[in-house]
Amino acid sequence: MAIILAVPHLAAAQTTSSTADAAGPGRGARSVPNDDPFPSTYTVPASAPFAIRNATILTAAGPIIRNGTILVRDGKVAAVGASVTIPAGVQVIDAGGKYVTPGIIDDHSHLGVYAAPGVQAHSDGNEMTKPNTAEVWAEHSVWPQDPQFPLNLAGGVTTLQVLPGSANLFGGRGVVLKVVPARTVQEMKFPGAKYGLKMACGENPKRVYASRGPATRMGNVAGYRAAWIQAEGYRRKWDKWNAEQKGDAPTRDLGLETLAEVLRGNILVHNHCYRADEMSQMLDIAKEFGYDIRSFHHVVEGYKIADLLAARGVAASVWADWGGFKLEALDGIKANPAILHGAGARTIIHSDSASDSQRLPQEAAKAVAAGRKIGINISPEDAIKWVTINPAWALGLDDRIGSLEPGKNADIVLWSGDPFSVYSRTEKVWIDGALRFDRQDPATRWRTDFELGFIPTTEGR
Amino acid sequence: MRTIAYAFTALALALAASAAAQPVAIVGAKVHTVSGAVIENATVVITGDTITAVGAGVRAPAGARVIDGKGKWVTPGLINSAAALGLTEVGSLQDTNDASARGDRGVAATFKPWEAINPDSVLWAPTRNEGVTSVVEVPSGGVVSGQAAVVDTAGTTVEELLRKAPVAFVLNFGATGGGGGGGAGGASQGPTSRAEALDAIRALLTEAKTFPSRKGAYEAGNTRALVTGGAQLEALQPVVSGTALVLVNVDRAADIRLVLGLAKEFGLKIAIAGGAEAWKVASELAAAKVPVVTGALDNLPADFSSLGATQENAALLRKAGVPVILTAGTRETFNVRKIRQHAGNAVAYGLPWAEALRAVTLTPAEVFGVADQIGSIAEGKVANLVVWSGDPFEFATDAEHVFVKGREVQGPSRQDQLAERYKTGKRGK
Repeated sequence: MAIILAVPHLAAAQTTSSTADAAGPGRGARSVPNDDPFPSTYTVPASAPFAIRNATILTAAGPIIRNGTILVRDGKVAAVGASVTIPAGVQVIDAGGKYVTPGIIDDHSHLGVYAAPGVQAHSDGNEMTKPNTAEVWAEHSVWPQDPQFPLNLAGGVTTLQVLPGSANLFGGRGVVLKVVPARTVQEMKFPGAKYGLKMACGENPKRVYASRGPATRMGNVAGYRAAWIQAEGYRRKWDKWNAEQKGDAPTRDLGLETLAEVLRGNILVHNHCYRADEMSQMLDIAKEFGYDIRSFHHVVEGYKIADLLAARGVAASVWADWGGFKLEALDGIKANPAILHGAGARTIIHSDSASDSQRLPQEAAKAVAAGRKIGINISPEDAIKWVTINPAWALGLDDRIGSLEPGKNADIVLWSGDPFSVYSRTEKVWIDGALRFDRQDPATRWRTDFELGFIPTTEGR
Repeated sequence: MRTIAYAFTALALALAASAAAQPVAIVGAKVHTVSGAVIENATVVITGDTITAVGAGVRAPAGARVIDGKGKWVTPGLINSAAALGLTEVGSLQDTNDASARGDRGVAATFKPWEAINPDSVLWAPTRNEGVTSVVEVPSGGVVSGQAAVVDTAGTTVEELLRKAPVAFVLNFGATGGGGGGGAGGASQGPTSRAEALDAIRALLTEAKTFPSRKGAYEAGNTRALVTGGAQLEALQPVVSGTALVLVNVDRAADIRLVLGLAKEFGLKIAIAGGAEAWKVASELAAAKVPVVTGALDNLPADFSSLGATQENAALLRKAGVPVILTAGTRETFNVRKIRQHAGNAVAYGLPWAEALRAVTLTPAEVFGVADQIGSIAEGKVANLVVWSGDPFEFATDAEHVFVKGREVQGPSRQDQLAERYKTGKRGK
């Protein structure tokens, strides 16, 4: 039978071995005796309870609440609604009609692995040495002093997935981080978050490996399938040993370990893919080997197969208006997120950009406008989901973050106005109930080690 | 709601109208003239390619096509001052890129990229459909990239597109440019440090200054080797005589000071492009009357030349009296249309709204020498203007009518056609 380890932060998610058994052969099980060698050391800071009143609240879980109140206690949302009683002694912030949303979540970031300044010495996001580098982990490249982190936080981003780059068929593991000051990446890691596997289709692997292969899309597909065949064998070998416990344990293989964990459902696949036809190929490969693609990323042609993505339950992490910068991006249209949403696919606005990440609601607003022009009307209640609860789902964290509901982590943004207006800015950002950004109080602003002396303080940056 | 089918009809009508030179009257709109006051409940009359009347008391001429402007905002067409529209179709495909020249040891002063503009690029339509009626085509690369031109975003030939050329020479200095200062891996050709780049540019400008008197000797082969060819030195004459604008790509505050010094030394008329740290030298730029062309979303310390990048750049520069132009940048032709978002964000970070509108209309027209033609709404100006459903910088606002040279130019872009075909999330008609 499968072995479930008593890894503390996984305890909540993986309670008993019977859960694993119920998940089917290999599902939920694990191969190796130590699957969390770089555990999160993030702890929720102590914070006093507080309430924000007189706010327009987009909860990402229901209708917009006007003149609403949100009450936070012990780092969690305690209550949210139009009539919430604020206990005596609780600090009250009057929002003055301003907007409140859940913390913004970006499921495609390279912060820390492509740190600023963008010099070669900081180029740590793309292990372009062979088409399959499933063995690398993005967290081993993250520089917590990347000055892009505070900018991201100032944009209201509270959780992000840092992915390795896109040169390889299998780029390696991504990591989910909280956007908080830290000395070590472990201090930023989202406790209990599953790992993501970055896969990439199309032009990038073709370009990078043009001279040594894979040089074609068919070569790409052969590469994926060959790797999954190996991973299946590896998983079976460990299943057998775990069941029998006889002789030496199989030799660990870091790359196959990652892929085997995908087959067991413990690691979520984030697949960079532009073209509709190619995404369809990837779905067939997933079916062939019995794994799920959690989210396609970039998905520039997602609108052409929105029905297929919806039917297969794959999220679409897209840009609002990037396109045309390479041939597989030529058919990019601004209505892409709206069409995906309209057809019932789980739509996410991602950034893949340290700049756009700071303004994800603005990106969503562009897509809403483009949708309206072709008769697809998207409410603010739905648009906010594109940058909150939907990416939370893609990261497997929608039970903890992504919406403002009692019991959820108090990741909250107070905006100066409608977050979908170009003129609105973040005013305050809380993570787990702790105030992490306050535009009105620059003295409290997070300054990375790198910024000291190098980067001048200017208001608002 | 405006549908694609309607847009088709509108285009057909507009073409027919233009052939018959039927006047157009936009009636009852809030008109941001930029050169003058905002006029509420105003009428704008377009006759042929010209704005023939603007004002609150103006009546629509008999037989005019009347556009109800109630609740609408009218502005001059937007100008994106750093573009490669029709020069770069797909960024990663070399055979669709015509915005840079090999040059002669990094000097491409004779390069006129507009001569090879592709009027059939599919990127004109989505750009003008969002209210961009003119762009400045800016070459890239090398020490001297080449010459820039102002083009309108509608036309079937280069001649029709071209508004004025050249409007500037483009020079690069600092880590990001052909000056090569700071290494940045570009040291195999050209200068390897800032001071060497300065030296090379000085040598170039010095020879350009003396070239007219040495031209005979040069042509007779009776002169020592010059730093670059005679054609390049000839082309640089308007630069060294101080008549042509030199657009200098430079970010670091100290580098901007070096460029200001160079301009003074050689009598150059310059504008700064990029200018990530321009706010630090705002008073010097203001004193020298040097305009800055910058983006409004750029706050990343992307390299060691732009550690001081801030979204307040435009606001701080303007406050100091520097003429500011906002641009969405040249990197992605697809996104030239993003200029609206840049302008709105500049407002969010302290630039007064009217200044932001000016920074994407009249100021670029002034700096690039076409303010007598475009950039504001006034009698006698070319009818490049937009009727918006509201505030042009807001995402929810549509460019409902876009006029270039008096002709309504909206039609479905390739992107619109794709959206129409797939709007249900599967293949339609």
